[in-house]
Amino acid sequence: MTEKAKKPSRSNRFSHCCLPIQIINSTIEMVKPGKLPSGKTEIPFEFPLHMKGNKVLYETYHGVFVNIQYTLRCDMRRSLLAKDLTKTCEFIVHSLSQKGKPMPSPVDFTITPETLQNVKERASLPKFLIRGHLSSTNCIITQPLTGELVVENADAAVKSIELQLVRVETCGCAEGYARDATEIQNIQIADGDVCRGLPIPIYMVFPRLFTCPTLETTNFKVEFEVNIVVLLHDDHLITENFPLKLCRM
Amino acid sequence: TSSEMEENPAVEQSTVECLKDMFLCQYACILSLYSCFLRHARSRNYVSESEVCKLESVPLDFGDYHPLKPITVTESKTKKMNRKGSTSSTSSSSSSSMLDPLSSVLDGTDPLSLFAAAADPVTTTATMDSTRKKRDKDDSPAVGSDFEPWSSKRGEILARYTTTEKLSIVSGSFSRKAATTGSAVSEKVRTRLEELDDLEEGSQKELLNLTQQDYMNRIEELNQSLKDAWSSDQKVKALKIVIQCSKLLSDTTVIQFYPSKFVLITDILDTFGKLVYERIQSMCVDNRVSLPDNFSPECVNDTAKETCLNWFFKIASIRELIPRFYVEAAILKCNKFLSKTGISECLPRLTSMIRGIGDPLVAVYARAYLCRVGYRLTLQISTCFCLLFQQIHGDTVQNQLIVQCVEIPLYLTLYSPAIDWILQCIAYRAPEILLTEMMERCKKLGNNALLLNSVMSAFRAEFIAARSMDFIGMIKECDESGFPKHLLFRSLGLNLALADPPENDCLQILNEAWKVITKLKNPQDYINCAEVWVEYTCRHFTKREVNTVLADVIKHMTPDRAFEDAYPQLQSIIQKVITYIYDFSLLFSVEKFLPFLDMFQKESVRVEVCKCIMESFIKHQQESTKDPVILNALLHICKTMHDSVNALTLEDEKRMLAALINGFIKMVSFGRDFEQQLSFYVEARSTFCNLEPVLVQLIHSVNQLAMETRKVMKGNHSRKTAAFVRACVAFCFITIPSLSSIFTRLNLYLHSGQVALANQCLSQADAFFKAAVSLVPEVPKMISVDGKMRPSDAFLLEFLCNFFSTLLVVPDHPEQGVLFLVRGLLNVIQDYTWEDNSDDKIRIYTNVLHLLSAMTQEAYIYHVDKVDSNDTLYGGDSKFLAEINKLCETVIAQILDHLKTLGKEETLKRQSQLALYFFNTILAHGDLRNNKLNQLSVNLWNLAQKHGFADTKTMVKTLEYIKRRSNQPEMSHFTDLALRLPLQSRT
Repeated sequence: MTEKAKKPSRSNRFSHCCLPIQIINSTIEMVKPGKLPSGKTEIPFEFPLHMKGNKVLYETYHGVFVNIQYTLRCDMRRSLLAKDLTKTCEFIVHSLSQKGKPMPSPVDFTITPETLQNVKERASLPKFLIRGHLSSTNCIITQPLTGELVVENADAAVKSIELQLVRVETCGCAEGYARDATEIQNIQIADGDVCRGLPIPIYMVFPRLFTCPTLETTNFKVEFEVNIVVLLHDDHLITENFPLKLCRM
Repeated sequence: TSSEMEENPAVEQSTVECLKDMFLCQYACILSLYSCFLRHARSRNYVSESEVCKLESVPLDFGDYHPLKPITVTESKTKKMNRKGSTSSTSSSSSSSMLDPLSSVLDGTDPLSLFAAAADPVTTTATMDSTRKKRDKDDSPAVGSDFEPWSSKRGEILARYTTTEKLSIVSGSFSRKAATTGSAVSEKVRTRLEELDDLEEGSQKELLNLTQQDYMNRIEELNQSLKDAWSSDQKVKALKIVIQCSKLLSDTTVIQFYPSKFVLITDILDTFGKLVYERIQSMCVDNRVSLPDNFSPECVNDTAKETCLNWFFKIASIRELIPRFYVEAAILKCNKFLSKTGISECLPRLTSMIRGIGDPLVAVYARAYLCRVGYRLTLQISTCFCLLFQQIHGDTVQNQLIVQCVEIPLYLTLYSPAIDWILQCIAYRAPEILLTEMMERCKKLGNNALLLNSVMSAFRAEFIAARSMDFIGMIKECDESGFPKHLLFRSLGLNLALADPPENDCLQILNEAWKVITKLKNPQDYINCAEVWVEYTCRHFTKREVNTVLADVIKHMTPDRAFEDAYPQLQSIIQKVITYIYDFSLLFSVEKFLPFLDMFQKESVRVEVCKCIMESFIKHQQESTKDPVILNALLHICKTMHDSVNALTLEDEKRMLAALINGFIKMVSFGRDFEQQLSFYVEARSTFCNLEPVLVQLIHSVNQLAMETRKVMKGNHSRKTAAFVRACVAFCFITIPSLSSIFTRLNLYLHSGQVALANQCLSQADAFFKAAVSLVPEVPKMISVDGKMRPSDAFLLEFLCNFFSTLLVVPDHPEQGVLFLVRGLLNVIQDYTWEDNSDDKIRIYTNVLHLLSAMTQEAYIYHVDKVDSNDTLYGGDSKFLAEINKLCETVIAQILDHLKTLGKEETLKRQSQLALYFFNTILAHGDLRNNKLNQLSVNLWNLAQKHGFADTKTMVKTLEYIKRRSNQPEMSHFTDLALRLPLQSRT
């Protein structure tokens, strides 16, 4: 009776144009053919993750178009009369922390009617001045995004201020490339007409399953952006976009 | 047989001696009763018998513990508690109006009243109480008992902030979402995200037009479903419910209700926080050893840590700010599992997160909640206040207020509970410097009235009191901005009631404050302030100032009958005055006190006030009084209480009023002026004729007065005192028939008769006894005892035994026949309709034999001083003895007849018992040298054993007793008797 094969596999799918790419596949035998004693048997195992050829091992990541997934499959082959048994389970891979600290890259920003782009009627806009800063756009994935925002003045009452975390997946293949942005988290940081001149904290924890370190490969890219969205009482929507670079330390 | 004696404890003074003797005999010989067998009654020498049987007397040691010694109780409630729990503590004390050791126990550390003080007046969610209490306990290990816990504030807030407007619960209004999320968002993800922080479908509906009660019920339902979801392992659903609840806190429509809403919803949050904490804690259990209280994060295993982290991640992704804040704050304590400094790192972040909340009211309550979960915070929070006030006067809020028709002063008071709580958390046990610094800061922040008010209610009273003058200055200067100044003075007054200001400032403070208070136009505002400041006045000044203050209150409250709306405050003023001035002669010399009482024109309130005054009188008046001022005033007050009694008055209420009036009557004494005393009682009788217990008390008092007179005259009444005593007796005689309870009447007749006898008023005593005899037939079969119907026979038996013992010493009336009263009583007993299957009648007959045997003795066992009983009157006359013998024969015949009728199968047991009882009587009192009697006793002995119902142990002991007695001189015939009494074998 032979037992146990195991095989991590990696697939990378992109809509129709990209087929899953296997980046790792290895099999080991856990138990030599024979009879298992009755009762519960625990079989310890371990094996190194060796990539296939010159491929790179990426962190586990579940996106819409890009999926990086590692699975473990265990097969138990049995004699002719009994069916073989199979069990599959996913395991998570975190890459080792990148070397060197990322350079902190603080950003100061000011939002006024004048700084806005793609406004149709600038005249109809109420006056406002919003200032603030992000502590860094180079973020460590396990640490929250932080910063501050001050509504210095605004003619219209503020209804809500939100942080929108957006993930941008780009896939390149023979037919060109496709790019799609997905909101993966939306956090309200102010509710109602906030006090003028009082700094409001910007604080957002990166959701664990939906983020990964920023990835850039030949076939695909996974990038992140944060939008600061200010909604005024007269339903004016002001958005300020900041690209982020995530890494794991 | 011993039960017979024990039923008979209520015995009058004169018979106590004899009873004691009886008990002693009984002890010595186990069975025997005081009885005799008339015809051949054994002659007794009571003096020598009592010497033989008397127990050795032991000197008393008064230092020892004694169960009946008064219990000393130390007051342990803190002052602060008293203030807040005043409603409940008065109710608990009012139920025990008399000052007896039991009630003084109640005033102290009685767990029930403590509980009542801590509990809320409006406990709508009783189910949550226990959990909340527990939580309060384990949540605040660092705070002492002097920290007023949230649970006590809670009830106050719920009671205060109510609304009659319709409320609505909106479950998830996500309409905004479409507008905010940009076009870049794909539909699919959005639905997924919505699922993530959305609520269960079906709860999406909006419930409109709920009354406050409906709303509270609904929230309670949510609380219940949270617990259900949790216990059925639907953790995500539980989280959704909590999010849904906390979302309600962002809704400020019906703003008057907001504080109460906050209380209700944070209860749910607390429940949730506790559930999560306990779950994670339970995951840390290693080898059945749970975590110690002060565990460090290293002891926490990875699974628990991971679960804990998961919760935090999940909460961090809640979209809306307010739910995210509240839910995270609710499980703040779980940070302990992750790192030592977790909580202190989180607090500043959560604090600054609140800045994002636009509505100032919502923000302030969010801060208050943070203070609740975060034990104690840094000063950080207070810095936000200045900006808060700018916001309050901003347009958005103003508009909202106009829409909801809420006035600014009312709106501002909505802030108080939150700010009070925050400041209390900050100021708790804070060093003086910190407080001073905060005060300075408040001043700098524009000296805002709202803040000042909260400072005064949150900081230590001593701190405030010491700076009273500063505060008065600040109050005068402060920027009102809609917050009424009289509330500030009220808060200051509350502090001054708890702590003393510097002595030199006392008068000035009062003057300054009262100057403002007296100018208040609105009677409600005025009385709210005055109520508080009365206490201060009473505490530090004399009756002159108190009088002035009371006069001022009267002046303000009389126009337009303003007092009608202010009864609770006026009542509390009275209470404060009598707390401090409990010398009643001083109190009634405060000229305006009685006019003040006249303001209570609603009867129920007036009676309440009267009750308070009487309670205080009974509690504080140490010695009896005859001060006409006090008497007049209190008589008037008692009359008010008495006149409130009508057909609808509850029994309890009547009992309480009567107890209070009795307390007063007992305190009145005119010393040696007995006639004055009697005329007071007469007046009291006419005044309080509707309360029976008072009449009873009056009868007792008058009896006591008669005995007092006797004592003064050393038993020899002069003509004058004899007349006076007769007047007392007459008082009782005409008062007793007006009572309704038959046993009260019987006992009072007997008692008064004894008193009359003791005062040598023989014909009057006869009248009492005759009245009692003629009353016996009216005794009903069932009487109501404490509201339950009980058979009356035990009471009747007890009374009759008591009566017989008295009749022994009552001399025969010269014009009536021999033993007129005894015969009369026997006739009544004969005719009385006894319960069909009871032996009470026979038991009484047996007891009559005891009496008759005692009557044949040469010298009776006891006498009334200066009254010749039948032993002296007849001097053992043979005719008299023959009368007694005749009576005896009749009685014995009755007994034997009855024994015969008990020969049936089902009554054999009773027969056996009665036979033995009768046997014992003969044994103790009959002369057994008489053959017939001897034979009768042997027959009875056999009858008792005949059917095997006799208790062998009793029989053996009886026999032993007989044998022992036979050793005594002149008792040798007992030896023979013992030989004739066979013991039934156990077979």
